[in-house]
Amino acid sequence: MSESIAPLPLAVALEGLGWHPAAWRTSPVPPAAVFGAGHWVNLVREAEAGLLDFVTFDDTFGPPTDEPGQLNGRLEAVLVASRVAPVTRHIGLVPVATTTYTEPFHLSTALATLDYLSGGRAGWQVRVSARPGENRLLGRAPATALFDEAADAVEVVRRLWDSWEDDAVIRDVATGRYIDRDKLHYIDFAGEWFSVKGPSIVPRPPQGQPVITALAHAAPAYEFAARSADVVFVTPSDGDDAAAIVRANPGLKVFADLVVFLDDHAAAARERRERLDELHGEAWQSDALTFAGSPEQLADLLLSWREAGLDGFRLRPGALPYDLEAITRLLVPILQDRGVFRTAPPTGTLRERLALPVAVNRYQQQGVRR
Amino acid sequence: MSKQIILAAHFPGVNNTTVWSDPAAGSQIEFSSFVRLAQTAERGKFDFFFLAEGLRLREQRGLIHDLDVVGRPDTLTVLAGLAAVTTHLGLAGTLNATFHEPYELARQLATLDHLSGGRAAWNVVTSSGPFFGENFRRGGFLDHGDRYVRAGEFIDTARELWDSWSELTPSRDAGVFAGTGRFAHTSAQFDIAGRFGVPRSPQGHPVILQAGDSGAGRELAAAKADAIFSRHHEIEDGRAFYRDVKGRLARYGRDPDSLKIIPGVSFVLGDSEADAQEKAHHIRRQQVSPQTAILLLEQVWNRDLSGYDAEGPLPVIDPCEDEHTIIQGRAGQFADRLATAAEWRERAGSKNLSIRELIIEVTGRQSFIGTPARVAGQLNEYVQTEACDGFILVPHLTPGGLDDFVDSVVPLLQERGVFRTGYASPTLRGNLGLA
Repeated sequence: MSESIAPLPLAVALEGLGWHPAAWRTSPVPPAAVFGAGHWVNLVREAEAGLLDFVTFDDTFGPPTDEPGQLNGRLEAVLVASRVAPVTRHIGLVPVATTTYTEPFHLSTALATLDYLSGGRAGWQVRVSARPGENRLLGRAPATALFDEAADAVEVVRRLWDSWEDDAVIRDVATGRYIDRDKLHYIDFAGEWFSVKGPSIVPRPPQGQPVITALAHAAPAYEFAARSADVVFVTPSDGDDAAAIVRANPGLKVFADLVVFLDDHAAAARERRERLDELHGEAWQSDALTFAGSPEQLADLLLSWREAGLDGFRLRPGALPYDLEAITRLLVPILQDRGVFRTAPPTGTLRERLALPVAVNRYQQQGVRR
Repeated sequence: MSKQIILAAHFPGVNNTTVWSDPAAGSQIEFSSFVRLAQTAERGKFDFFFLAEGLRLREQRGLIHDLDVVGRPDTLTVLAGLAAVTTHLGLAGTLNATFHEPYELARQLATLDHLSGGRAAWNVVTSSGPFFGENFRRGGFLDHGDRYVRAGEFIDTARELWDSWSELTPSRDAGVFAGTGRFAHTSAQFDIAGRFGVPRSPQGHPVILQAGDSGAGRELAAAKADAIFSRHHEIEDGRAFYRDVKGRLARYGRDPDSLKIIPGVSFVLGDSEADAQEKAHHIRRQQVSPQTAILLLEQVWNRDLSGYDAEGPLPVIDPCEDEHTIIQGRAGQFADRLATAAEWRERAGSKNLSIRELIIEVTGRQSFIGTPARVAGQLNEYVQTEACDGFILVPHLTPGGLDDFVDSVVPLLQERGVFRTGYASPTLRGNLGLA
């Protein structure tokens, strides 16, 4: 394969027993297994064996749905990622965590800790809580200006990550000092929704700044992503739409989301999708384009969309583990044959693998010292 | 059959009992340190592993305290990671009822219980005052007098959420996933409603510990907790504490065995009594560096003593009796400063002790010092004579601080038939003998 072509960045979004709401009814994995560690370890190991860049773990503040006919419960994603981290080695781990009714301080320390647990493979998909009733889970008034508040939360999280300089722990026996306190910084954030003093309780994580991502379909989310994220997941309807979205999001890594049903024979993939739609009672429409076809067709689509300037793709398996295994065992070899995908596990931190710049500590950089 | 001893291991924390200056002291942050200690505890068939929680770095004289270990990873996140590298060990964490909310914390603890196959435990604490609140949305909102009100209501609310799902019996054929998760709770501290998204976890309710020896703390434990994480007492005082706490259970319709009393204790082991005493003294000197001695003295004097020599005599000047204390972010401050100072002066004077020597004497002597046989005998005596039900061991070294205990004391307890040789239950609740 030609070394001049950078490998296609490829991620998978994990959700329950697949993204199709009826997928749980036909999965060989029993529905209750999604509440056990084994299910998640198996999925992420499969993704890792397929040499993928990272997985995301979907989550919402409230339950995923209230529909009794659907998989209407789930585990908290940061903890699932943490459970998986010690038993995986290379793959990036990107849980969803919400900002609207949570504490930025806790988010920052939990994600920094995930970065330690995973040796620099942590990311975060930021989500707001927009659904009616989620405020009642906390007993608060409904939040407004969700994305502005999320941007403040990210700002606090990022400042806290930087609030310890990398060499703050000195363990100097002569002076009895464990840290050089001049290398710890109050962040003194005061915004409309919260104030956070800092510094963090967790030393700066291995990546400095774990990778921040967000899903965006419309202007406020794009603006949020531009302001706060490193990677934005988008949902183009075709290659031209992808090109337009890329042009509108300069300076961000843009990953296109696709729901995928994959089989050796395209007809089989379409039949599986139709069968799930039948069980669901109607044709299910995702926010992302849904692809049902063969791995060759999907490879063609990814490579043509890549021409639009996309930085990578996040595939949402329609059914789990079926469509994940189709990605790792059918799609990946085809991409490898075409010379556009790695043949050995990715190395380095998640930031490095996504070609994000080294995270310079804002406090060290500015020489702000107490 | 003799009463069985409960054993737990506390990850060395952010106060001066953790010796970071020793050549054998490893990282306080890297996950490998947590794995090493937890796996040692599991090798020793311990009931559970315990992590404290950090909400803000401690300060003294308005500066971040720099003499002890500073910083730690997030409690729940580490426990979830440890679930991957242990199989039977309980995973307990302190989580503050003031700066968490019931819906979110119940969801996280239920998640941890699922991910660990029924090994989650929660040590409930509360904080009042503005110091910690400066890192959180609501600030320091909780009145001192409402601490146990909030803790109690928090526990009740969490249990309502954990009980909100019936057994999970999804029917794929019928297309019915599951029951409700609906809840509505209104009390003085909380007014929440909606659906809880986590099905009932293996333990149903994660094990609940309460830390706090005060009357209100004892009452809360008697009403609602599965275990009380108490301070170490001399054996007679321990028995009195035990009688008092267990005696409170009947009024809640509870059996004495349904609340375990587990003090936090330290230990030093040696080949002989003299060897153990010598090691204990060496460790005390490591724990109380000259700088730490001055700092601890400042906590009683409540004034800047940085000009004093730790190897010299105590200050002649009296403590400052201001309301304002110079240390923040730490529990257990000294009540009567003048009386404490007078007592310490007399003690230092009569024995000709320097500041450092005095501080070594008056603060934190190790709970159990001796040969493995002697320490095993003492631990067993505490449990068999009802001074406690077990111990949360606090090693002074990360990550090797539990090795000697597991290698030398645990086998002796097993030989006596007072400690398990294998885990009887997959859940922490089961291993603790709790319903």
